[in-house]
Amino acid sequence: MINLAIQVGQTAAPEATLFWILAPLTFVAALGMLLVKKAVHSAILMAFVMIALAIFYIAQGAPFLGIVQVVVYTGAVMMLFLFILMLVGVDSSDSLTETIRGLRPIAITAALGFGGLMLSLLARATLGRTVVGVEAANAQGNVQGIAHLLFSTFVWPFEVVSALLITAALGAMVLAHHHRIQERPTQRQLSIDRFRGESLASAAGLPAPGVFARHNAVDVPALLPDGTAAAASVNASLKARGDVLDSSVFELGRVDTSVEEEK
Amino acid sequence: MNAANYLYLSALLFTIGAVGVVVRRNAIVVFMCVELMLNAANLSFVTFSRINGDLNGQVIAFFTMVVAACEVVVGLAIIVTIYRSRRSASVDDASLLKR
Repeated sequence: MINLAIQVGQTAAPEATLFWILAPLTFVAALGMLLVKKAVHSAILMAFVMIALAIFYIAQGAPFLGIVQVVVYTGAVMMLFLFILMLVGVDSSDSLTETIRGLRPIAITAALGFGGLMLSLLARATLGRTVVGVEAANAQGNVQGIAHLLFSTFVWPFEVVSALLITAALGAMVLAHHHRIQERPTQRQLSIDRFRGESLASAAGLPAPGVFARHNAVDVPALLPDGTAAAASVNASLKARGDVLDSSVFELGRVDTSVEEEK
Repeated sequence: MNAANYLYLSALLFTIGAVGVVVRRNAIVVFMCVELMLNAANLSFVTFSRINGDLNGQVIAFFTMVVAACEVVVGLAIIVTIYRSRRSASVDDASLLKR
């Protein structure tokens, strides 16, 4: 284990360098998390802040917490965030309109006041002792030291926390459980509905997307006998996203047939 | 460098998180800001553990991480449930009790 803090009270030069490089980056990333519009960008910046904090933990003689931070936060929690972001829609960016009038100026003023108060408080406070450092406490190893505390002094909170974890897992399962109001239609039922429905236009299924010599993906509509695009042959959500190509560019007359000489 | 610099950073991160909770409207971003506040508190715990030379602070930070993980699991499940019924992840849209 690398002990970066050598002197008592003052930290060693490598740690100071680490801090002065990483701390401004962490601050900027946290600020960026607040300012960027898209939730995905916020999540990426949040992951950076968490990794930076893990490095700070390791630099401060808490390697166990540093590893747990990486595994739990950047591993599990951020993945969960990104997963939910994908589930509810990546493009669900914030509306920038204020719903409560004057909320933003008030919030920023309050934050400046609170932050200034905290900083000046920290600057004026005396810690009452010099920095001891955790070298002595980590003498038998950081993990062993934490385990010793966890299973002696903190054994009751430890049990309570385990109960909390189980309750949270059960709660998430109950909340995420989706009760179907209607029966899911079977393939047989869908087929019957197609033929007994109002029109027989789609009885044979919807037309397949266009297959052209130069392009045969699902984003190009097929052509009807009169040369117009068949609207039903491409997926509605592709249309809504504007990803549908115009089939006219693949018509034989428009295709560039000039052959380039091979050298 | 003084070890108290970590405390300054922690105070700044906590403030940023607090502003984010108030200002942002997307429920997921609000949640991430809550996580940032918890992380800032954790950094303080670890720094004080070092200043005082015992591991109690690190154990408390460990407990905070567990509680934060629980909070994320339940909170994101709530967000998904709200999204399923209201088709929106904005905290302003969940105002059914007001009407």
